[in-house]
Amino acid sequence: MSTRFFGAPVKRNEDRKLLTGQALFIDDVELPGMLHVAFLRSQVAHARLKHIDVSRARKRAGIVAVYVAEDYGDYWQPGPLLVQPPPIPGSTFNPRTQVPLARDKVRYVGEPLAVVVAESRYLAEDALDDIDVELEQLSAVVDIEQALTSSSAWVHDDLGSNVAAHVHQVKGDYRKAAANAHIILKRRFRYEHGISSPIETRGVVAQWNARGQQMTIWDTTQAPVFIRNGLAAMLGLGERQVRVIAPFVGGGFGPKIMMFYPEEVALPWISMRLNRPVKWIEDRLEHFVATTHERGQIHDAEIAVAADGRILGVKDVFLHDTGAYNPYGLTVPINSQCTLLGPYVIPAYDSTFTAVFTNLPIVTPYRGAGRQHGVFVIERLLDLAARELNIDRAEIRRRNLIPPDAFPYNNEIIFQDFAPLSYDSGNYEPVLAKALDAIGYQYFLKEEQPRLREEGRCVGIGIACYVEGTGIGPYEGAKVQVQTNGKVNVATGIGTQGQGHFTSFAQIVADQLGVDPADVDIVTGDTDQFYWGAGTFASRGAVVAGNAVSAASSVVRQKALKLAADAFECAEEDLVLADGKVSIAGIPGKFIRLGELAQRANPMRGAVKPGTEPGLESTQYFGPPSGATANGVHAAIVEIDPLTFELKVLKYVVVHDCGTVINPMILEGQIHGGVAQGIGNAFFEKLAFDDQGQLLNASLADYLLPTALDVPRMELDHTVTPSPLNPLGIKGAGEAGAIPVGAVFAQAIEDALQLTSRKLELLEIPLSPSRLFELTRQEAP
Amino acid sequence: MQPDQHEIEFTVNGTHYRRMVESRMLLSDFLRHELGLAGTHVGCEHGVCGACTILLDGHPVRSCLMLAVQANGRALATVEGLASASGELHPVQQAMHAHHGLQCGYCTPGILMTMTAYLAEHPSPSEDEVREALSGNLCRCTGYQNIVDAMMDAAARMREAAP
Repeated sequence: MSTRFFGAPVKRNEDRKLLTGQALFIDDVELPGMLHVAFLRSQVAHARLKHIDVSRARKRAGIVAVYVAEDYGDYWQPGPLLVQPPPIPGSTFNPRTQVPLARDKVRYVGEPLAVVVAESRYLAEDALDDIDVELEQLSAVVDIEQALTSSSAWVHDDLGSNVAAHVHQVKGDYRKAAANAHIILKRRFRYEHGISSPIETRGVVAQWNARGQQMTIWDTTQAPVFIRNGLAAMLGLGERQVRVIAPFVGGGFGPKIMMFYPEEVALPWISMRLNRPVKWIEDRLEHFVATTHERGQIHDAEIAVAADGRILGVKDVFLHDTGAYNPYGLTVPINSQCTLLGPYVIPAYDSTFTAVFTNLPIVTPYRGAGRQHGVFVIERLLDLAARELNIDRAEIRRRNLIPPDAFPYNNEIIFQDFAPLSYDSGNYEPVLAKALDAIGYQYFLKEEQPRLREEGRCVGIGIACYVEGTGIGPYEGAKVQVQTNGKVNVATGIGTQGQGHFTSFAQIVADQLGVDPADVDIVTGDTDQFYWGAGTFASRGAVVAGNAVSAASSVVRQKALKLAADAFECAEEDLVLADGKVSIAGIPGKFIRLGELAQRANPMRGAVKPGTEPGLESTQYFGPPSGATANGVHAAIVEIDPLTFELKVLKYVVVHDCGTVINPMILEGQIHGGVAQGIGNAFFEKLAFDDQGQLLNASLADYLLPTALDVPRMELDHTVTPSPLNPLGIKGAGEAGAIPVGAVFAQAIEDALQLTSRKLELLEIPLSPSRLFELTRQEAP
Repeated sequence: MQPDQHEIEFTVNGTHYRRMVESRMLLSDFLRHELGLAGTHVGCEHGVCGACTILLDGHPVRSCLMLAVQANGRALATVEGLASASGELHPVQQAMHAHHGLQCGYCTPGILMTMTAYLAEHPSPSEDEVREALSGNLCRCTGYQNIVDAMMDAAARMREAAP
């Protein structure tokens, strides 16, 4: 088998459709007789719902139906717990999942109260104004520290507190480590992550076919198979009666995997009830409150270090804002807890977190999924230790890196995939060395920075290391099928939101079957095309589905060679599979095209040998034993205007290792995009809530996403340490770009403004210009 | 109640249309759902993201900030009209493909419309100028770097093709 395409920067198969406006996105689904849906959402964060009167709305012209929670009858059920908590001894977990329409109480601004179905979206929105809602307002739980005090209101009355979860994980003996430490440094860190804000918002279209007893649902989901299974059960249908299609999806980044959103529950039910197709497309204002967020944590963390800078132990106690409900279990705070350990040898770790219910939108993973928070804490602790011990910032990191002969490296605590946090493979020091070299670390510190400072310019450098647990199970599958026209069709159960699966999977197939990647059609996200799967999340698509595609292609290859060997009456070893045909080595004129073999694999007459499967196809599954751990280093040189705090990134370097690379072009694109989101997180993107739980900046004019002027040119490099956990040696890369950016910038800005000489420290993210202005005007403690 | 309807006439990508339209109908909705030109995407409906950018008499506008009635008598261009009738991609489309300037592709039509108009008027932009021209279009996937590279390349392709 040649590897002509695997590893090459093959241009994307999906581009043409997207570039010409022909790709089908959710709002492009148009069906005859389709109705349109709008949701009435709570304007207050916390209230008892006394009464809803929809009678006026029902009478308005063009309104077909209006529903409130009572109308759902038995269909009204809290959502399922999407992710069970990992089995960590002694942990508390209080699941409270979201409801399809608020019934007795509203728990966040944006929670749906009623559904209007109309002949057009315009009319549906008109009718929202006709609905009268009577509420008894309660005080809102917004601040996660106050939420745990006795004077706080309770988000869930039956719980008797706002504790969503409490988890304590330990590695080694921190007390002993602290007793032996040269110094112990303790700080409070606040890290806020924002919203994923894909340019396409969410949407659902549902079409019930009463004659065929079939439900078709188009959904901007990252996990179509689970949507099908869940909705079939809720609707009282068999899974075979429900088809879920995730069409082209305009960016996901995590929140599009949350389920079941109230809108996903409502639309199919309405379609069955009215026997009409129905559509709901989220508008941008809704997106700010109705799609899940990732938000803040407060860490009280300390590091115990030896005189030479070696980490002896870390202790961390943190609070995590989980929002009004916690259907996603512990994934985000567990990621924070685990990823804090980073690429470093940390012999003792004592970490406790409390997840807190608030009257704010639900928190679920958004690109990085809590990893940012942990990385920020450890990286800032190392900066503090370096300064205290007068060790160079890069050097203290180097001294603590896990050595290459220590893999697999067991960190003992339990990760989000329920397995002990074990790093499969890695070689960290070369990654750091490459990054230092690329950013010109020594030159900058010794020559450039002093020279520029002489000129009165505020320039600084930041460097941060991270690991990323990727490619977690349970499994994915793929069906690879050679069609009689010679083209290859591949179906998988994952969805796709721009990651280039139409190309990277095609590359895997192309090498195995000797075809051009352009002749491989990939179908993702259609449950009628592939029945099983989990979804696209946790940087796992290429790792898990990619290996399934490889396994299936390999079987198809064997089948093709066997069929051809039978036809030619020769040995399989004498055959060459290339250019879409099987030929006899040395006799290029003697060949059979793959399409013809596909025909022969489905004979119409005659007998087949026992055990023969028809079709030139195979379905294979792959499930890794545990996640593969990627790693990397980001470094940046920044300049900051000391008056306006406008920040300019003079240089940005990413060196990473995600194992074997399928398509370096796509990989670089993933990193670029991740860094851009990291920059948004580090500087601009703060969800500003008032003390009543109102989001004050719910528009793209107020919640600023980075533009082409804010994201610098990035220099990328990589090393390759294959994962031993899957045959292709791949590790995931989807989130790597976003994870350490906050840590890099806090360090670089601190350096640029020489804040440490004023005893000021930047221990929080985001650091907008106005926040920097506030912080640097504070008196040192 | 019959909402007020207006008859409007206009062209899109050279095709002439005459339609009755409700006065409050957004141009973006009209193009997408009445004319079936769904290549124009809607991202924010408040004029920030730029995904819905089309050309109005050759100039980029946000179709979500215009009413369909305002298109009366005007010539519109959308992403569907960029490639030639024979299917050959516009140099800006070609360059976006060559440089991996799109991932999910949702913001892409708006970027294509903004930048084809910009490059037609600015055949030799600097990278900073390209970034400035792009800054009204939000992309959440790419980090812009490959789009910038694509636009520099597209400018070169267009200069070469120009007489």
